[in-house]
Amino acid sequence: MNMLTIKNLHARVADKDILRGINLDVKAGEVHAIMGPNGSGKSTLAGVLTGKDAFEVTQGEVLFEGKNLLDMDPEERAGEGIFLAFQYPVEIPGVTNSYFLRASVNAVRKHRGEPELDAAAFLKIVKQKMKILHMPEDLLKRNVNEGFSGGEKKRNEIFQMAVLEPRLAILDETDSGLDIDAMKAVAEGVNALRSKDRAMIVITHYQRLLDYIVPDYVHVLAEGRIVKSGPKELALELEKHGYDPIKMTVPA
Amino acid sequence: MEKTTFTKLFTPFDNQADARFAQLRQSGRECFGAAALPTTRTEDWRFTNISPITATPFTLANNVHARVKLDSDHPTVLFVNGRFAKQAPESIGASAEIGSLARATTKLSQLARIASDRDSPFTSLNTSFLNDGAYVVVPDGNVIATPIEIRFHSLVEGNAPAIHPRTLVVVGKNACVTIVERYSGNAAYFTNAVTEIAVGEGAVVDHVKIQDESTTAYHIAHTAVVMGARSNFTTHYVSLGGALVRNEVRVRFDGEHAEATVNGLYLASGTQHIDNFTLIDHAQPNCASHELYKGILDGKSHGVFNGKIFVRKDAQKTDAKQTNKVLLLSDDATINTKPQLEIFADDVKCTHGATVGQLDPLQLFYLQSRGIPLDQARRLLTFAFANDIVGRLKIEALRDELEQRIVR
Repeated sequence: MNMLTIKNLHARVADKDILRGINLDVKAGEVHAIMGPNGSGKSTLAGVLTGKDAFEVTQGEVLFEGKNLLDMDPEERAGEGIFLAFQYPVEIPGVTNSYFLRASVNAVRKHRGEPELDAAAFLKIVKQKMKILHMPEDLLKRNVNEGFSGGEKKRNEIFQMAVLEPRLAILDETDSGLDIDAMKAVAEGVNALRSKDRAMIVITHYQRLLDYIVPDYVHVLAEGRIVKSGPKELALELEKHGYDPIKMTVPA
Repeated sequence: MEKTTFTKLFTPFDNQADARFAQLRQSGRECFGAAALPTTRTEDWRFTNISPITATPFTLANNVHARVKLDSDHPTVLFVNGRFAKQAPESIGASAEIGSLARATTKLSQLARIASDRDSPFTSLNTSFLNDGAYVVVPDGNVIATPIEIRFHSLVEGNAPAIHPRTLVVVGKNACVTIVERYSGNAAYFTNAVTEIAVGEGAVVDHVKIQDESTTAYHIAHTAVVMGARSNFTTHYVSLGGALVRNEVRVRFDGEHAEATVNGLYLASGTQHIDNFTLIDHAQPNCASHELYKGILDGKSHGVFNGKIFVRKDAQKTDAKQTNKVLLLSDDATINTKPQLEIFADDVKCTHGATVGQLDPLQLFYLQSRGIPLDQARRLLTFAFANDIVGRLKIEALRDELEQRIVR
């Protein structure tokens, strides 16, 4: 059974059509890479899947574990197990990571009908995850993303993902703005979270991230449609020839 | 004409009042009689209409203190309807003296000398009814580790009373103390409070005021501070309750190399009106003042920040900074900000700034995407805004209390 089914999805932002008929099936355990040039609709797809209200869905449907995803508020989607690693993680001055993460974990637990974690139980879990991902000791006391470097912000996204243990993780340009070492560190964190129960959608402009997070499938997005799908080798082909030869094949 | 709601109470009040303050009351009444009540044409009151107060036929407050419980884990003096009710513990040893003005045996020569009756008609009005109040005296060199709390509670049965709480804090040379003032009540009434604080040379005073009046109460408060050389004064002025509120903080530097921090947090919703007026008088050279006020306005509430800084001719090397930041949670809430810098010295650093904003949709979505429901996300971001002030409070119990109030 598919974990995620996207059927003929159309979406627009401010009267401009961005997604123009996306079809995609994702099963548990799979990692799908979505590649495409700037403006192809990659981030719009991430936004539509997580419920960002700037986007208006005009056609199509999205089922997540059989439920209609598009009817849910962003927080419900998170509760159901969808996680977005932001391209631009948001700074929240005045809120510590610890406070934020505990509110988040308990909100998700509440959604699932599980009891909330007290401070001690929460800290135990979080410390364990921090160790696995080599997060700095002072992370919990610092405000959410405030004053973080680009690399720290992206690692913090992956750390949140580790704590929330989503069913489906969407990584939106997680490599953008990172040097090679920072990218390797992030990829290592992501790979540690791959499992047969968890699916991932890795959105990226460049092939280089896929050297470290090796996908099962690669899809090429152009002008709001998936114009080509294939195995991981497709990414290498794109690296070599660029997007242009593929874009030419887009039907008018 | 509108003064009569107060002046008609002078005679009945005197019948039950202590003669020891008769002279002060008399001079207060003369001052009140000579002053005009402020209107929105009065420069310092432009955004606050006090006619709901002057139109109310106030009564004298009943003496009902026996019915209010006092439980506190630090030295606390409780006043009910302006009258001393109880104190726990009875004494805090020789390190400081705290208690009721009406029962004080110490000579309190600074009473009514720090807050001038000419500053505002409401100050002289308070003095006109001076009969009791709180006092704290910390002798030279004493360091008081636990905070001292002064609570003014209003317990109303029947018609709305006007209550005039008075507090005098005298901190000796190189002494150190934390004072928490708290105002609360149950119904419609008018609190007209005056607090006088003398900070001795080299002394350190940390002051917190929690105004948690009932939502139908009127609250006008004047906190007057005089600072000796090399002293340090901090206040966190927190306004939560009240229908119509005016907070005045007036700080005067009376010696060089002193430093004042005047911070405020005001939360209003419904039709609440909260006016903050501050006056920092740099009367001496080489002093620093830092002001940060933050307002959170919801519903149809109205906030005012009017910050005055005087830098007198000889006050060279003054460093004064003033900031007012406001978070508007609804389209119908309004804020008026008016900084007023009057600088007569030429070698000074004075800055002021104001910002008004709303909750950031990107931050809200980020929190939602992590499973946090929208209303909780809004409260969390609101607290984050307030935490800039709340986080500076040194008393953990107060930080927790305010967090609960904002996040709940």
